[in-house]
Amino acid sequence: MSLAETPTPATAPAPVPSMAAAYWRLQRSELRLVLGRRRNLVLLLGLAAVPLLLGLVLFFTQDTALDGQGPAFLGRVTGNGLFLVVASVFLCLPFLLPLTIGIASGDAIAGEASAGTLRYLLTVPVGRTRLLLVKAVGALAFAAAAVSAIAVVGLVAGAALFGVHDVTLLSGDTVPLGAGALRVLAVVAYVGLSLTGLVAVGLFFSTLTEVPVGAMAATVVVAIVSGVLDTIPALSSIHPALLTHHWLDFAEFLRLEPDWAVIGGGLAVQAAWVAIFGALAWSRFTTADVTS
Amino acid sequence: MTAPAVTVDPASASGDLPGADAGSAVQTRALTKRFRSGQVAVDGIDLSVPRGAVYGFLGPNGSGKTTTIRMVLGLVRPTSGTSWLLGSPEPATVLSRVGALVEGPGFHPYLTGRANLLRLDAADATADPRTAARRASEALERVGLLAAEGKPYRQYSLGMKQRLGLAAALLRPRELLVLDEPTNGLDPQGTREVRLLIRELAQAGTTVLVSSHLLGEIEQVCTHLGIMSRGRLLLQGPRSVLDQRGVTRVMVTVAPGHVATAAGVLRVLGLDVSAEDHALNAELGALEPARIPAALVHAGVDVVGFEVRRPSLEQVFVDLTGEGFDVAR
Ligand SMILES: Nc1ncnc2c1ncn2[C@@H]1O[C@H](COP(=O)(O)OP(=O)(O)O)[C@@H](O)[C@H]1O
Ligand SMILES: [Mg+2]
Repeated sequence: MSLAETPTPATAPAPVPSMAAAYWRLQRSELRLVLGRRRNLVLLLGLAAVPLLLGLVLFFTQDTALDGQGPAFLGRVTGNGLFLVVASVFLCLPFLLPLTIGIASGDAIAGEASAGTLRYLLTVPVGRTRLLLVKAVGALAFAAAAVSAIAVVGLVAGAALFGVHDVTLLSGDTVPLGAGALRVLAVVAYVGLSLTGLVAVGLFFSTLTEVPVGAMAATVVVAIVSGVLDTIPALSSIHPALLTHHWLDFAEFLRLEPDWAVIGGGLAVQAAWVAIFGALAWSRFTTADVTS
Repeated sequence: MTAPAVTVDPASASGDLPGADAGSAVQTRALTKRFRSGQVAVDGIDLSVPRGAVYGFLGPNGSGKTTTIRMVLGLVRPTSGTSWLLGSPEPATVLSRVGALVEGPGFHPYLTGRANLLRLDAADATADPRTAARRASEALERVGLLAAEGKPYRQYSLGMKQRLGLAAALLRPRELLVLDEPTNGLDPQGTREVRLLIRELAQAGTTVLVSSHLLGEIEQVCTHLGIMSRGRLLLQGPRSVLDQRGVTRVMVTVAPGHVATAAGVLRVLGLDVSAEDHALNAELGALEPARIPAALVHAGVDVVGFEVRRPSLEQVFVDLTGEGFDVAR
């Protein structure tokens, strides 16, 4: 450590950055941290591999390997590359996407706590509400990146392997390519928004512990348990409120006349989960002792 | 045993001051933390760190130093009591003027040292982004880490990690530095460098609150001391307080044959002497030490050695608690 005086050039008192500028500076740093982290990049690559592998399998078997299984759009992939996007998203929804979301959101606060960086952020100081918001936006951005990775690779692989054509909807009607592509985009957007509730759940768990793996696992378990409960007929009265119940309603966009009530209902349930678990995360994080 | 709560600083002795003392960089009033486990980590302490002081916050492992610092910085909520940081009861409003190192460094392992500093700077809403790179370089230079700034943090040695923690505390000019065990993991050379750094910062006017569980390591640079044991502040005040607390002894070594004469001289000065070979040993009491050699020489005694032994911090601690300076719980 040098004893030499570090000369500080005489500067005019630095202007204090505006609140918005200060917020976005931290938000950019957070996005770089989340999207630049090798583990997260590997996750994105893994998700991106799904449409590629699925496309290649279907291309080389050139048959209807998935015909008769699952929803009707699975069988249409070989006829229209656009459906590779939908089929890939469908395959990732039950487990791979919840896993990705669980890792990103469970790590948000708990990861900083376990690295010992949380106490240093808070003494910078960063307000706890601001930090939670920055972390939430970071986790949501990662969720968006995950869904986009599947969609973009699905689109490129689908177009390359099967070409893109006018879209034959589930009802058998055909819409022109442009309108069809828009519908596929809507499917992707709906799936992305369907994951926001899980992000909020993960964020809440993340405020409870200094062990990120615990928060990640708990978040994935919530998604899986929700899926299991959704299959038990005796619980049908609570099904509509379940986190995962409306996830497959993206299929509405593949009908001639999407039922906007169904779509709106699905998004409203997500909004409710976001509100409840966002509030829980906030009340916990703004009052908790930071002893990590 | 219950340790006696001895507070020497008159500013905090009254205990019923209405608010923060404007002269204090850190002030607490009956600050208490009981963890959910039931453990009372901090038990009603009245800390008072004057501005401009280098305050050595000493105590064995587990005595409550870190918990106190966490409460002062707003990381942990006190169970009861209050604290003021730079005169403010709301730490968040003044923390940008405070550099902190709490319970060891904490950084993202896969980011470089430099990237870690820039991350912290990005979090600082009052920092000027245009000067971030320069300030990071200056802080790294100051702790001797510039050469390793591009290495990922996980490849740092313990000492390098500690240095990066210090660099983070020095990212901006600070009025107060709170350094919790800054010498942990450092080799003797690193420890010396930290002491020099503290001295240098203090000379520039920064108040420093520095904790350690190793009594000797930072004692030398401190102008003030506070001694913790089992969650209580046993003693605090200017360093000279120590001399009043413990027993100062004098050791006189004389030429063979002069022992009896020397003992007589010391007794005349009012000292209770015990002799061993050529060495005489006595409690100094209120006597001015300079009078002893003068009186001996005057009586024709050949003085070979003369030494005043001030009480060591360790001795004071043992006197206060009746315990050794070990982990108390
Ligand atoms: N989060 C916690 N929960 C329960 N007890 C704690 C917690 N943190 C610290 N303690 C206890 O409080 C006491 C004081 O700890 P600490 O403030 O870290 O001491 P020091 O920094 O002086 O070593 C110790 O007995 C410790 O075990
Ligand atoms: Mg400690």
